[in-house]
Amino acid sequence: MTQVFDLAANSTRELNQTLQRANGGSAIEQWRVVNPNGAHNLAVGLDAPSRVEIEGHVGYYCAGMNKYAHIVVHGNAGPGLAENMMSGLVRVTGSASQYAGATAHGGLLVIEGDASSRCGISMKGVDIVVQGAVGHMSAFMAQSGRLVVCGDAGEALGDSLYEARLYVRGNVAGLGADCVEKSMKDKHKREVEQLLAEAGISGVDGAEFRRFGSARELYNFKVDNAHAY
Amino acid sequence: MCGIVGLFAKTPGFEAELGQHFAQMLREMTDRGPDSAGFAVYRDAVPFGQIKLTLLAPEGFFWPDFEAALHSAFDGIERLSLHGNHAVVVTSVWLADLAEWLRAGFPQLRVLSSGGAIEIYKEKGLPERVIEHFDVAAMSATHALGHTRMATESAVTTEHSHPFSTGEDLCLVHNGSLSNHNRLRRDLEKRGVRFATDNDSEVAAGYFTWRLREGDTLEQALSRGMRDLDGFYTFAIGTRDGFAVLRDPIACKPAVISECDDWVAMASEYRAIARLPGAAAAKSWEPEPGRIYSWSH
Repeated sequence: MTQVFDLAANSTRELNQTLQRANGGSAIEQWRVVNPNGAHNLAVGLDAPSRVEIEGHVGYYCAGMNKYAHIVVHGNAGPGLAENMMSGLVRVTGSASQYAGATAHGGLLVIEGDASSRCGISMKGVDIVVQGAVGHMSAFMAQSGRLVVCGDAGEALGDSLYEARLYVRGNVAGLGADCVEKSMKDKHKREVEQLLAEAGISGVDGAEFRRFGSARELYNFKVDNAHAY
Repeated sequence: MCGIVGLFAKTPGFEAELGQHFAQMLREMTDRGPDSAGFAVYRDAVPFGQIKLTLLAPEGFFWPDFEAALHSAFDGIERLSLHGNHAVVVTSVWLADLAEWLRAGFPQLRVLSSGGAIEIYKEKGLPERVIEHFDVAAMSATHALGHTRMATESAVTTEHSHPFSTGEDLCLVHNGSLSNHNRLRRDLEKRGVRFATDNDSEVAAGYFTWRLREGDTLEQALSRGMRDLDGFYTFAIGTRDGFAVLRDPIACKPAVISECDDWVAMASEYRAIARLPGAAAAKSWEPEPGRIYSWSH
């Protein structure tokens, strides 16, 4: 049964304490959160496979540190969406502001609109699927995980990239340092299509994407620098 | 940090209630700027041939003496209305003559704004205090821009608060910090731009004042500003007919714009917009880096 939490009548702290009380030991909790009005820090630090639907736009740091939970925002999200997510699913039906999915270790982040600058910055294993475009400096220092962009990518995509794999269907304004285009093999096409399917995005052909990754030319990749340790 | 809000009415009905909505937007940005607050409001346009000035006086200034001196010096003072330590003067006197007279006789007064419709108010303390002091909620206006300040680059005083005037009916509010403001201030001073404070945002205002005086359109001035101003910024610029928004190309400083049939709003964070009537159904988006957005009546 879905329970309703009204942010017009209760505080952000009460919301998070209520949601964090679920421990995964009993039935899966389902919540509808109403009247978010752009508030910050909603549904953060969840640690159980709850289902949370937020009805409206949210502010900064929504769904941060998420583990196991499925969180859907019916609206736009401010900066820092799903920051440091560990697992679970975060979906935004609108657009997301800066650094969505920053440093996230796992799980799936779906943005049905556009993501702004620095999407997936320092991502460490999360999968991010963006139905629209991403802004500049996306996947900066991305370490692992996959970023799938159905629209365009802004300047300096994948700057100082490590092992994350980036797929872009639209135009790329420019690549960052050490980011290069790589061949799109069958296995990559299948990987994109699987991620699109997981994200619930249909009608997009995996073959239309281009793949980008690290050229592994920066300091950390040079064996000659190993003597420093 | 700092917070910026702007609200622009698209219908006469919304103009009548603009103050109450604008007040709520400014209040919502308290967390981003509890040190001081200020706003520019565009209302009660004066007839052609007249000009409106907002003056700021230090604590304890005795306005009746000023009023008497003003009337004995000039014919053509249409209105003098007092709002705490601010006064609005409407006059048909030539602006340069009045400004010269003020500098000579009342150097302690600051001209916060001049133009046909603009009025600027600013004060130290929480936005709530400023909102109540100037009864913002009761104002009707075509548009208004506001700023809540968390000071990082210069002192917390009323004079250091935003908005800064950038010419007739023009003003600037800034969220961010500039790194080349000292050199730029020296260059602008050589070109005759006067500065009242050591504030970095005032330098940006002075820069735009200079460019507009040189004949740039607002768009040209802003484009050139992107080249000459080094630092982080989201700017909102008020004009006689509307306002413009510009984020620097790196775009670390936030901004959200929403638009519906009745209004256009911009704010540092969406929560300042969330309680406007019709906000949930309004089109909301984040302005792109380095792109100029503008609205006018």
